[in-house]
Amino acid sequence: MDIREAQLPRPAAASAMPKEVLRVPRRFRPRNGKGPPKQIKDVHYGDRNFYYLLRFGAFATIALLLAIGIQVGCLAWPAFQKFGFGFIFETDWDPVNQMFGALPFLHGTVVSALLAVFIAAPISVGVALFLNEVVPRRIASVIGFLVEMLAAIPSVVYGLWGIFVLAPFLRTTVQPWLATHFGFLPFFKGPAYGVGMLAAGLILAIMIAPTIAAISREVFKAIPDTQREAALGLGATRWEMIQLAVVKSSTTGILGAVVLGLGRALGETMAVTMVIGNRHDMSLSLFAPAQTMASLIANEYTEATGDLHLSALAAVGIVLFGVSFVINFLARLLVWNVERGKPREAR
Amino acid sequence: MNNPLKIVFPAIAILTFAIAAHAAEPLQLNGAGATFPFPLYSKWFSDYSKATGVNINYQSIGSGGGIRQLLDKTVDFGASDAPMNDEQLAKATPSIIHIPTVLGAVVLTYNIPGVTQSLDLTPEVIAGIYLGKITKWNDPAIAGMNKGVVLPDLPILAAYRSDGSGTTAVFTDYLAKVSPDWKSTVGNGTSVKWPVGLGGKGNEGVTGLIKQSPGSIGYVELVYAESNKLPFAKVKNSSGKFVTPSPATITAAAAGAVKEMPADFRVSITNAPGKEAYPISSFTYLLVYRQMPGEKGAAFVKFLNWAVTDGQKTASTLSYAPLPKPLITKIQARIKEIKTN
Repeated sequence: MDIREAQLPRPAAASAMPKEVLRVPRRFRPRNGKGPPKQIKDVHYGDRNFYYLLRFGAFATIALLLAIGIQVGCLAWPAFQKFGFGFIFETDWDPVNQMFGALPFLHGTVVSALLAVFIAAPISVGVALFLNEVVPRRIASVIGFLVEMLAAIPSVVYGLWGIFVLAPFLRTTVQPWLATHFGFLPFFKGPAYGVGMLAAGLILAIMIAPTIAAISREVFKAIPDTQREAALGLGATRWEMIQLAVVKSSTTGILGAVVLGLGRALGETMAVTMVIGNRHDMSLSLFAPAQTMASLIANEYTEATGDLHLSALAAVGIVLFGVSFVINFLARLLVWNVERGKPREAR
Repeated sequence: MNNPLKIVFPAIAILTFAIAAHAAEPLQLNGAGATFPFPLYSKWFSDYSKATGVNINYQSIGSGGGIRQLLDKTVDFGASDAPMNDEQLAKATPSIIHIPTVLGAVVLTYNIPGVTQSLDLTPEVIAGIYLGKITKWNDPAIAGMNKGVVLPDLPILAAYRSDGSGTTAVFTDYLAKVSPDWKSTVGNGTSVKWPVGLGGKGNEGVTGLIKQSPGSIGYVELVYAESNKLPFAKVKNSSGKFVTPSPATITAAAAGAVKEMPADFRVSITNAPGKEAYPISSFTYLLVYRQMPGEKGAAFVKFLNWAVTDGQKTASTLSYAPLPKPLITKIQARIKEIKTN
């Protein structure tokens, strides 16, 4: 034993240490044996403060979400109290007679978003595969940039384009064709107005395509080239290689991209309002006008004079919140899944 | 720490700032409400500010929002196309009075291939179309009163405002007055449950729908229809005459209603009596507290008196219909009731 150490007072036990030193967050405390010993007074204040700043930011976001939920919930409470859980299944929306039900709008939101996804998903995944697997990188970056530009167009511009270009085109060309060839299906019945569920679905499809394409591209990029080389080495054609090495191992990732696109489609307001026809009806036909939850709120909130009307609109907001929450939760679940699956597949 | 300048400097800074802010602050009033009179109000407020130095801020957030903000006391005055109802007035402290400022009208515009003339429409036909009972343009009910016009065998598409609006309130109020059927099955309000048709958001949304669908009809504000050169129909009034909407015929509708005008001006002038009266007309109001704080109150009372007299000239140049003369004296008497202390 060193003579100098014997003369010095022994360091105090960890439990007897001044509290100030121990206040370092657990994650910044040195791990067993590594890093500086605990009793060092020189705490990294920068680290500590930065940690608290970040923690404040993270919790503030959650607090904000809760505050919005509580605020809207309080506003919606009278409507839920009056109509109960049946609010979601009631089809009547009549501000004059104070009868409110959310089913037509729930239907409009879900159907328009699903329609958009059915149209957009195959196209965007195709675009992503084309850019990632088929064309040279230089051309791919140009096309990729143009596709992503679609996401930068304001939704009101899509709406105007929808009402002045897409809707007349649908009315004069697409809908008559669908009616004559597929008119026996319940989806293509009724008069062709141009505006309606079909127009809304198409506009939404164009709006969510860049999202799905961009995320799918990232998913395909994550697949190691060795996997592609292995497939080609075993004698696969390019199509078989894409099928086996790329698409098969990124199914969940593509699903995640699609669900995120769906989430965007559910919340879109302005473009949908301008082309969906704004009728509080439910119809199987895609030609028929409809209404979505987001669009209803945007339409009626400013001039809702009755308290119950206002409350019912807030309640529709809560239902929309619920639907978006479920969708986002599913998306998260899928993305987690794909992250967990990746190393195993790459091995 | 012991440097006295450390205290003196901030103190001087704060003092200077406070004095400067106080000296530079002109009188400022804030209002919010209806979108329909917004073009006129913004012209009025800027003219009035140039003439007197009193700044008036106005946000066109919609009548419903204007009433809510006034009841919450976040603004100095509100504005609405439809008068407040008794329930809302009961909630207001201090109480609120309605000052009519100008008149507007709702016109029926249409897109029928081959028809360039102005159509004649009766209340029965308008209600029939919006109830879904008249479905073709060549229906005898329409063709009967439009003898010179070749009406096609085309389905009628009725377009309405999907957003809650004063325009819808005036239009449905008119329909409820002329059609018992409409009154019992639909009713009137800023948003109603439409039996048939398609909804467009705002005047521009309705116009967009009409322009792109042959065979459609819809309702928009006169000011909007004129500035966008849309065709509009003559409507049969309560005296049986087909009247073209214009500032003169709208003012005539208000003049016809003056006799039976209630003291608080909360009245609908749709289907008003009078030979020249356009039947789908309405007032738009400023909503004012009966009790206003001294300086602000005095300035606002001055503004109101200016608006109902000199301001009316500006109104006609912007296609709004001016108030009828006999009504102005009544309104001036009402403005005197505003207490400023």
